[in-house]
Amino acid sequence: MPDYSLKIRRYNPESGQPAYWQQFDVDLAGCSCQAAICGSCGVRINGMSRLACNTKLGEAAEDAPNGAIVVEPMGNMPVLKDLIVDMDAVHWKKVQRVVPWLLPEGDPPDREYIVDPESMIDITQSMACIHCGACVSACLSMEVDPEFIGPAALAKAYRFVGDPRDAFTEDRLLDLAEDPHGIYDCTHCFACIEVCPKDVAPMNQIMRLRRRATSDYGIKDGNNGYGHEKAFSDLIEKYGLLSEAQLLPKSYGDGSLIRAQVKPAALKELTAKLPTVIRGLRSGKVSPKTALIHRKLKDQDQIRRMYKEVESHEDRLELNLYIVGDSDAEEEGTMAEGGQEG
Amino acid sequence: MKLAYWPGCVSRGFTPELHGAMAAVAPKLGLELVELDRANCCGAGFISEHNQELADTLNARTFALAQGVDGAAGMVNICSTCQGAQSECQERLDADAAYRAHINEHLEPEGLEYERGGAWWNKNLLWLLVEEIGLDALRERVVRPLEGLRVGPFYGCYIVRPTRRLGYELYPDRDKYLEWVIEACGAAPVKYAGSHKCCGFPIVTTNRETSLRQAGRHMADALDAGADCVVTPCPLCHLNLDLQQPESQAFVERDLGIPVLHLPQLIGLALGLDFKELGLHRHVVKTDEVQAKVAALAAA
Repeated sequence: MPDYSLKIRRYNPESGQPAYWQQFDVDLAGCSCQAAICGSCGVRINGMSRLACNTKLGEAAEDAPNGAIVVEPMGNMPVLKDLIVDMDAVHWKKVQRVVPWLLPEGDPPDREYIVDPESMIDITQSMACIHCGACVSACLSMEVDPEFIGPAALAKAYRFVGDPRDAFTEDRLLDLAEDPHGIYDCTHCFACIEVCPKDVAPMNQIMRLRRRATSDYGIKDGNNGYGHEKAFSDLIEKYGLLSEAQLLPKSYGDGSLIRAQVKPAALKELTAKLPTVIRGLRSGKVSPKTALIHRKLKDQDQIRRMYKEVESHEDRLELNLYIVGDSDAEEEGTMAEGGQEG
Repeated sequence: MKLAYWPGCVSRGFTPELHGAMAAVAPKLGLELVELDRANCCGAGFISEHNQELADTLNARTFALAQGVDGAAGMVNICSTCQGAQSECQERLDADAAYRAHINEHLEPEGLEYERGGAWWNKNLLWLLVEEIGLDALRERVVRPLEGLRVGPFYGCYIVRPTRRLGYELYPDRDKYLEWVIEACGAAPVKYAGSHKCCGFPIVTTNRETSLRQAGRHMADALDAGADCVVTPCPLCHLNLDLQQPESQAFVERDLGIPVLHLPQLIGLALGLDFKELGLHRHVVKTDEVQAKVAALAAA
């Protein structure tokens, strides 16, 4: 009696035949490397992008619909044959797109570059990537926009943006912020974080890229990324609760209501939104009162004080759990070691 | 059950029908809600994108206000995005004592303090229904089983990923609860490709095409699978799926017209509340057919 049933998606594009499912009942006694290091065995198992080498058959069988473990090629990339996808056509092309090498200033030193070890801690998470493509496979933005640079390549981009030896930080950020398929095309769905076998958390690296672009370099991109973040943050500082009616025009005006009315691109975007606004009003979802008048929270002075306190630090404090781990078991703080300070 | 109640911004802004439906449903479920009217926006991921310490401070403040509600079993929210954004901050606050102490310093002038863990929790209504109220208790209260109504679940990313942050170790079936609740209401859950995917709302101002293509595709999938309507525990998803539906259908080049209910609206229908009280007239995609189906049940 076989131990496991595997339902495999078979496809040979050269055959002219459509893809089909084939079930194998197998008695498996062997084992795989379990190392999760070379990144060459990415597949979808029961719909989830992951490495085959460190997936336990028993656990996969428990999640299997109708008892058969479903194995498919990774998503968002063309299938070469059966479970093998064309990583060159998608993943590696996108990695090349972000200039994935160091661009230091001036002539190279006689010996190695000397940097403070502390300054490299921040990028160790993005350096852990093994290029298996699981995040690319799972990416929900790429599913509808194949031109999206995507999670793996953007995590790689942060590896160089965060590197103290690189001299083109601002240029890199400008490039990624202005690209309509760049950092502001990530829909914040956490799919890449969920599937990454190495805890790279690509979406978190994309958020770091955004933070660097907006807060450190004030890059006002043509995609309204800067405007949206600034509008959101400013509205909470002013009111405590979000005012959707003000968020939209402020986002298009780089965070300013006045700029939204004089910037031609903002006016165009706002005019395109008018039918949505009218439908909102007509359905009774939005009343003219909620659209025009937004009340402040009772203790709004407290919110403003918090903004002031936090934003008056010279260094921005960020706790990265990948680096510090969950230290609270010993009730000891290690905050300072894991902070990204920009 | 007494609860600290965080309704979020959107339920009091562009989806007032959600706030009203929750107010109508709560007493029917035996819930006493103490609304946190001094609490602030969760940041929806954008404040933490801007400044993590600020987001953690703002949410620690909300948690501290909730922990100060006398006799409350915990805190309940009605928004997947609030749940996810707050869980993210809570994960950091709980992980590191020194960091927590630092954030609490910002709360001190207001006389507030966030205390870690213990028995305190913050749960979305969906989690509360299954884990605290219980599906059997819900079934007992159903006076109008929604027989024949085919409902597509739409979770919202923030409540399904990342599983490690969202308590799936303790509650591994949280990504199935919506189907369970639909069944407990007497309706039939519809399986379709988009149920656990992204509505696209977070990028509707930065990449409208990617955003509305996502929204349109999921609604088309739900329709093709035979759903009469979709239900979501997230008002932000609701905005992209309902308010934007007339726009999103252009991006998938077909007519859609599928109603998108808020979770308390679906429950309210099963609990026998009337359509108006649940705000079913306040949708962009008309809910008339759903109302007619439910009205026919009552008549039968």
